[in-house]
Amino acid sequence: MRRIGVESVRHILAAFSAALLAGPAFAAEPVDGAINMQPAATRIAERVHDFHNVLLVIITAITLLVLALLIWVVVRYNTKANKVSRKFSHNTTVEIVWTVVPALILVGIAGLSFPNLYYQNVSPNLGQIVATSKQLLAEGKSAEHQAFTRDYFPDAAEAGFVNVKIQGNQWNWTYTYADIVDEAGLPVEFVSNGLHKGRSSDPTDGLRLLSTDYPMVVPADRYVRFYTAAADVIHSWAVPAFAIKVDAIPGRLNEGWFLVKEPGVYYGQCSELCGVDHAYMPIEVRVVPQAQFDAWAELMKAGDFDAAAASVRQIATADAGTNFASN
Amino acid sequence: MPMDEVALDHGHHSHDHKPGFFSRWFFSTNHKDIGTLYLIFALIAGIIGYTLSGLIRWELAEPGIGPMLWIQTTFFGLEGDAAVAAAKHFYNVVITYHGLVMIFFMVMPALIGGFGNWFVPLMIGAPDMAFPRMNNISFWLTVAAFILAILSMLVPGGPAGNGFGGGWTLYPPLSGSTGHPGPSMDLLILSLHTAGIASILGAINFIVTILNMRAPGMTLHKMPLFAWSMLITAVLLLLALPVLAGALTMLLTDRNFGSQFFVPAGGGDPVMFQHLFWFFGHPEVYIMILPAFGIISHIVSTFSKKPIFGYLGMAYAMVSIGVIGFVVWAHHMYTVGMNVDLKAYFVAATMVIAVPTGIKIFSWIATMWGGSIEFKLPMLWAIGFIFLFTVGGVTGVVLANAGVDHALHDTYYVVAHFHYVLSLGAVFGLFAGWYYWFEKMFGIKYNSFLGGLHFWLMFIGSNVLFFPQHFLGLQGMPRRYIDYADGFSTWHYWSSIGYVITLVATLIFFISLAVAFIQRRKATESGNPWGEGATTLEWTLPSPPPFHQFNELPVVNTKGGH
Repeated sequence: MRRIGVESVRHILAAFSAALLAGPAFAAEPVDGAINMQPAATRIAERVHDFHNVLLVIITAITLLVLALLIWVVVRYNTKANKVSRKFSHNTTVEIVWTVVPALILVGIAGLSFPNLYYQNVSPNLGQIVATSKQLLAEGKSAEHQAFTRDYFPDAAEAGFVNVKIQGNQWNWTYTYADIVDEAGLPVEFVSNGLHKGRSSDPTDGLRLLSTDYPMVVPADRYVRFYTAAADVIHSWAVPAFAIKVDAIPGRLNEGWFLVKEPGVYYGQCSELCGVDHAYMPIEVRVVPQAQFDAWAELMKAGDFDAAAASVRQIATADAGTNFASN
Repeated sequence: MPMDEVALDHGHHSHDHKPGFFSRWFFSTNHKDIGTLYLIFALIAGIIGYTLSGLIRWELAEPGIGPMLWIQTTFFGLEGDAAVAAAKHFYNVVITYHGLVMIFFMVMPALIGGFGNWFVPLMIGAPDMAFPRMNNISFWLTVAAFILAILSMLVPGGPAGNGFGGGWTLYPPLSGSTGHPGPSMDLLILSLHTAGIASILGAINFIVTILNMRAPGMTLHKMPLFAWSMLITAVLLLLALPVLAGALTMLLTDRNFGSQFFVPAGGGDPVMFQHLFWFFGHPEVYIMILPAFGIISHIVSTFSKKPIFGYLGMAYAMVSIGVIGFVVWAHHMYTVGMNVDLKAYFVAATMVIAVPTGIKIFSWIATMWGGSIEFKLPMLWAIGFIFLFTVGGVTGVVLANAGVDHALHDTYYVVAHFHYVLSLGAVFGLFAGWYYWFEKMFGIKYNSFLGGLHFWLMFIGSNVLFFPQHFLGLQGMPRRYIDYADGFSTWHYWSSIGYVITLVATLIFFISLAVAFIQRRKATESGNPWGEGATTLEWTLPSPPPFHQFNELPVVNTKGGH
């Protein structure tokens, strides 16, 4: 309690030095004292932020309007200012106004809300994206093509999905890459544990309650499609910088997708109460250039999890190609 | 009423003949006594629920596991990793029972059982509730339910300790026999069943009373808005609670008799529980806020010395909130993997509720407009309510949008939202009603200075407590976490500071109670301390009202009404 000022400075410094260590790569984690969302790492999150910013303006305006009206009646209609109260109790015009105007504002909000919802909730049809992009280019509609490629990514679509199954367990996550199989035909699969468990034996390195032993790794600029499942109770896979939260429920497979342009480290935490260690099963997603991802996958296929994890400890810049540290 | 007839036979002043202490308070069938019992009960439960929230804010004041671990090592003699696991479980138990106690044993008994029992009969000019004996059963079942809930905290729950630590929403499989195999969850189910029966009986009582026992001339459209709010609340209770009871029963048989309603391996579905729970749970939040709406309307009108603006609009705004409240439940479940079209429907339906809610806010302000407002204590709480409920309401519009909710679901943004509408909404309404009717109920005046101090400290404290939680939620801080990443430290610290301010406010509240009951300053002779603005029937009676009132039914002026 007492050292909070010093503590927070230390945290900010730690965050800075972590960012420096990771080189030019992007990182998203909670920042002390921040009052808004974590920086957007996906188009989904960008759209959520844009929409939320509009909502924030609207709700602030409404709150200030109510506050202003309250202050006005308090100042103007207190007993000293207004000795005798008026007795009216109806005014059809204002009643219609304060019914219709909020309704219209809500219609406006819904107009922004639905496209946003469908964009993030409907798994992209990659073939369609490629075809539409080609067609727009063929027809010479470059402005439309530019608008289209803000939300859809034809190059990534051409490369197909990276599929990951994410299973929540009490209290860690199992990641399965169904398309990456070893010589025996088994998929790459590993359990990702939080480094910290709130015990005195916890390691002192890593971001407390956020870092994992074996992070989830995905290539940058690729469509990632994931399915969540659960082994025991309900969990929820969430990464704030992606604006994604999908529950992992026993007996169900829930689907989601994301595409991250910038390589970097993105943190999330389990978001459905799942028992004793609910706060201790973090999500760490390392988004790396394709070449680094391929190298990681090779190590994973060979069964050398530690070497694989070490290979993504430093994230190569996208244009540096294969120039990354391999431990 | 036989008691009355006997009393009348005996003498002349025995209109107000009261039974002996034990009969009066333990076998009570008098709506005012039962109302008082409910208020005392809610105060006790409130102290427990508020202490639990204190444990939460104490733990979260700084990162790391602190006080919870200290409790385990100091009081339970645990050490090492066992103590850590027990501390984590204990924290989950604390947040679970904080929610359950505050909802089922503080807000509902106070607003519905307390003020509802006291003032519905008085306001509609009835001698008592329709079923006085059932009223008694309702109260004592609530007490039994509370004892069961407390017991369930003390018996084995999950693998890591006593009590149920799965959140007030009781989601299986965590609440099933794998997540919490111990008897704690079974006791909790029994507790909620009992509380549910108590509430259903109470709801029937209110509906029958309001529909059949209004004074001659008081049509529904002349009925005071608090009675309206109680009528709608009672209907919501009657329709919502059986659904909860069904879900709880299925959970009970899943746990004990091998049924598999919520077990996927047997063809069941955990999400089905969530649908059933929120079909109850969403109306439940309106059950908690509608009585406060009614109270605020009367206070605003009384102290502005003006009739309520748009009375019919106000009544039917509450009706429509109640009706729409039944078709929006899945906005609590946007992340479970629902079909996107279904989500779109729930987005639209949820946002519709903002319209009647807006009507209420603006009508309260219009009631003040042109008035001659006196800022007596109840009015301060009412104005505080209007502003803070607006803040909680607009963040509800944000969360209604599934797209944004995917980012904010189960974060502190949600915690901030529902505490603004409940802790700063329903509870401010509760205190507003408490000060408004204090003199009427107890026949003595409250201490204005201490009451004012209580209000201002509570207003400042609860804002410092809950406003920073919006920031935490936007940054991604998940709910129900005993420990948090260091990046969340600052706002958690401020939130805990806010709790300390409300703690001082709450202590002052109890001191003000003690002072009022020691000073015993006489109530206003006429029975109406508020003057011309207080027009409902309870102000025509002395303070406190006689043990039995309206032996001759009042006739409501056909021109006047509310």
